[in-house]
Amino acid sequence: MRRASVLPTIVLGAAIGSAAGIGAAAIEARAEPERVIEISAMKFDYLAEPIVLKKGQPVVFVLSSLDRAHGFNMPAFKIRADIVPGQQTRVRFVPDRAGTFEFHCDNFCGDGHEDMSETFVVKD
Amino acid sequence: MELERRAFLKLAGLGGAVFASGLGFRALAADGKAMPDFYFVQLSDSHWGFKGPAVNPEAENTLKRAVAAVNGLPVQPDFIVFTGDLTHTTDDADERRNRMKQFKDIVAGLKVRDIHFMPGEHDAGLDKGAVYREFFGVTHYTFDHKGIHFIALDNVSDPGAQLGDEQLAWLADDLKKLDKNQPIVVLAHRPLFDLYPDWDWATRDGAKAVDLLMPYTQVTVFYGHIHQENHHMTGHIAHHASKSLIFPLPAPGSQPKRLPIPWDASAPFKGLGFREVEAEGQGKSYEIAEKPVMGA
Repeated sequence: MRRASVLPTIVLGAAIGSAAGIGAAAIEARAEPERVIEISAMKFDYLAEPIVLKKGQPVVFVLSSLDRAHGFNMPAFKIRADIVPGQQTRVRFVPDRAGTFEFHCDNFCGDGHEDMSETFVVKD
Repeated sequence: MELERRAFLKLAGLGGAVFASGLGFRALAADGKAMPDFYFVQLSDSHWGFKGPAVNPEAENTLKRAVAAVNGLPVQPDFIVFTGDLTHTTDDADERRNRMKQFKDIVAGLKVRDIHFMPGEHDAGLDKGAVYREFFGVTHYTFDHKGIHFIALDNVSDPGAQLGDEQLAWLADDLKKLDKNQPIVVLAHRPLFDLYPDWDWATRDGAKAVDLLMPYTQVTVFYGHIHQENHHMTGHIAHHASKSLIFPLPAPGSQPKRLPIPWDASAPFKGLGFREVEAEGQGKSYEIAEKPVMGA
């Protein structure tokens, strides 16, 4: 079941992102407005509206946990972050290629951890 | 005795796949002298407590069958290593203790009493190894056997799959004491290299451990976690993944999701097993024999 998450308005977490995910495309895309997408993590799923991004448009994933510590790992863009209960983690990146990609939990969170992943689409 | 062992290995090769190559260590002691032959058994990923009839309707019997199969080997190994995920995870600490106790009771039936345990993330990832240590002691350690230095690493008690700076410093300190030609076997649960990060088959700081090991000329790694046989080289260091004792997983990246391979009623226990690792003392002295759960 998918549902939109409700997040507090105060952002506590620090932005975490690897340089590999914020390359030339970031400079090229400065004119594009930044999209903000809220994602809640809980055993053993990510809760969000279907994620469809536009190539070159900056995006911020605002991550929070509804139960315990989880992870956010997006190997295709070499970006990872911890999702800690009581905090928000902001992951900024600019998708520089189109396709279907996945992120998954990389902090072991229990029986079902191995199934905790989500896909998103980047369109040209 | 040596001839008897060689004959045994030849026979063992008839019953299960035998992997033999120059990937592994040359079992020469640091002073160049040949070391005596021996072999050990690697068991891994029994996930005691797992319930999932679609992937293993014999979950309550598979570990017991493996114990019987090892006990039935015509020559008993010098020792046994168990590379993690002894139990299947649970949020309930009391149930985790129950599973560890039941696991320990079952493996107490092994004839070989020298068993070296390591945790997997299912044993240790939710409580940083607290309950595991109650039953099996420390989570990283070394031991020596007939000229080979064994190092058991813990890349699971941190739920983020990290060895951590403290353990890496401990590893560096241990390695400093060794000759660069000392045969070393590293045991771990997760791969120390990036086998397939999309499925989280990696150790976040595993490359730091590999870097520390790289100056040593005879290093071999045995691990579990991925529920299938796999062989990989990082430079001159060989990494060998073992099958599991609960359900097989697909080859890295062979399908979109990392889902267990369903039970094949026409071939029960297919894809499950354990392995024998033979260290010989005559130069190219490394053989792995994969053994099925049913029958030795």
